[in-house]
Amino acid sequence: MEYLLLIVSAVLVNNFVLSRFLGICPFLGVSKKLHTAMGMCGAVIFVMTVACAVTWCLQNFLLKPLELEFLQTLTFILVIASLVQLIDIAMKRFVPPLHAALGIFLPLITTNCAVLGAAVLNMKQGYGFVKSTLFGFSAALGFALALVIYTGLREKIDRADPPRCFQGVAIALVTAGLLSLAFMGFSGIVK
Amino acid sequence: MDSETIKFILTPFLWVGLTGLVIGVSLALAAKYMAVREDPRIAQVTELLPGANCGGCGFAGCAEYAKAIVVDNADITLCAPGGAACVDSIAAFMGVSAGSVEKMTALVMCCGDDESAERRFSYNGINDCAAADALAGGDKGCTYGCLGYGSCARVCPVNAIIIEKGLARVNKALCIACGKCIAVCPRKLIKLVPTAAPIHVLCNSKDKGADVKKVCSSGCIGCRLCTKFGDEGAFVMDGFLAHVDYSVPITREEVIEKCPSKCIRRN
Repeated sequence: MEYLLLIVSAVLVNNFVLSRFLGICPFLGVSKKLHTAMGMCGAVIFVMTVACAVTWCLQNFLLKPLELEFLQTLTFILVIASLVQLIDIAMKRFVPPLHAALGIFLPLITTNCAVLGAAVLNMKQGYGFVKSTLFGFSAALGFALALVIYTGLREKIDRADPPRCFQGVAIALVTAGLLSLAFMGFSGIVK
Repeated sequence: MDSETIKFILTPFLWVGLTGLVIGVSLALAAKYMAVREDPRIAQVTELLPGANCGGCGFAGCAEYAKAIVVDNADITLCAPGGAACVDSIAAFMGVSAGSVEKMTALVMCCGDDESAERRFSYNGINDCAAADALAGGDKGCTYGCLGYGSCARVCPVNAIIIEKGLARVNKALCIACGKCIAVCPRKLIKLVPTAAPIHVLCNSKDKGADVKKVCSSGCIGCRLCTKFGDEGAFVMDGFLAHVDYSVPITREEVIEKCPSKCIRRN
């Protein structure tokens, strides 16, 4: 039950993009086509889950015993970025099909604020290892949900005929705002 | 400064430096031992291709096509934007014979603009040809003609298509013959034709002459005058619609004047 609540909270109530406003750049940048958006979603889910697991170990086995918690942000950025690079190299060598599907998105999200945000929030909440990893996974799932919904909306808008002054980025930002408002309806369901 | 302060300053430096060093070395090692060896010819063939990444060859971009040429011996004449020069250079590089490729261009087989072709109702829906076509067969009186909502212009990677008076027109100087517009047109009236061909029948309507005349003043009425006045075999009738046989050289261009509905035109 506890885990279920965690998932619902991270996916819907405290959605990373629409409630916490993290990871806005890929949200606006790769939401033009559903196909690329799906690739991005896969990469984010993968990276965030792995990053949360690794940063938890880093925090509890290295930073805490050495009393270096104030270097958390710097270390996390460094480790996450190089970890993704490492996975990228290994993936290209051992699982080429997966690399072909996610390859170009992996470097894009190495130092994304959503990834770092999930890691730092984990430490703030004091989650255990399993909970941390699960939180990373479901937060990424929430990101994927928001991105897919938003991409669907943008594809529809592309075919519509908005007033000239709204065309392009303007209507895209208005749509993002309205989608965020819709997700505000979930607030209060889970703490 | 006492030793406590020095330790306090030095530890973060050491920690970050050490982490960076460990990560850097392991990344370098990983890159060395897990490197994927690619055939160096793939990069060289990619250089020879135009780099438009239009996908007209059927592969996901120039690099993928180069890979297919080198690894799977794919046909080297598939690149339309590159044309003959590109095929020749790849043929020389790969040591295979090129054959000849004719430069092609897309052509909208319709000349019924808003002045000559009538519209049955005022379409106010989604700005997309497929959507317009799905609504009661489209607003254009002619069910074969160009709807002019610009679906082809939007997919064109080089912006070679413009919409003029409700009719799509291809600028053949810009067209790279990638075929994207052909795939997206709901009425299938864009065709690839030789760029060098002088004249075309710009109509796609297979209806009888009387029915064509009701909805469009510049549609082919199937009068067969072009088969009489044009070069031998250059014009072929398909029911009530004339086609140009592009394999026959055109010498008698006065056929343009003879066509009663003026749908035989220069491109």
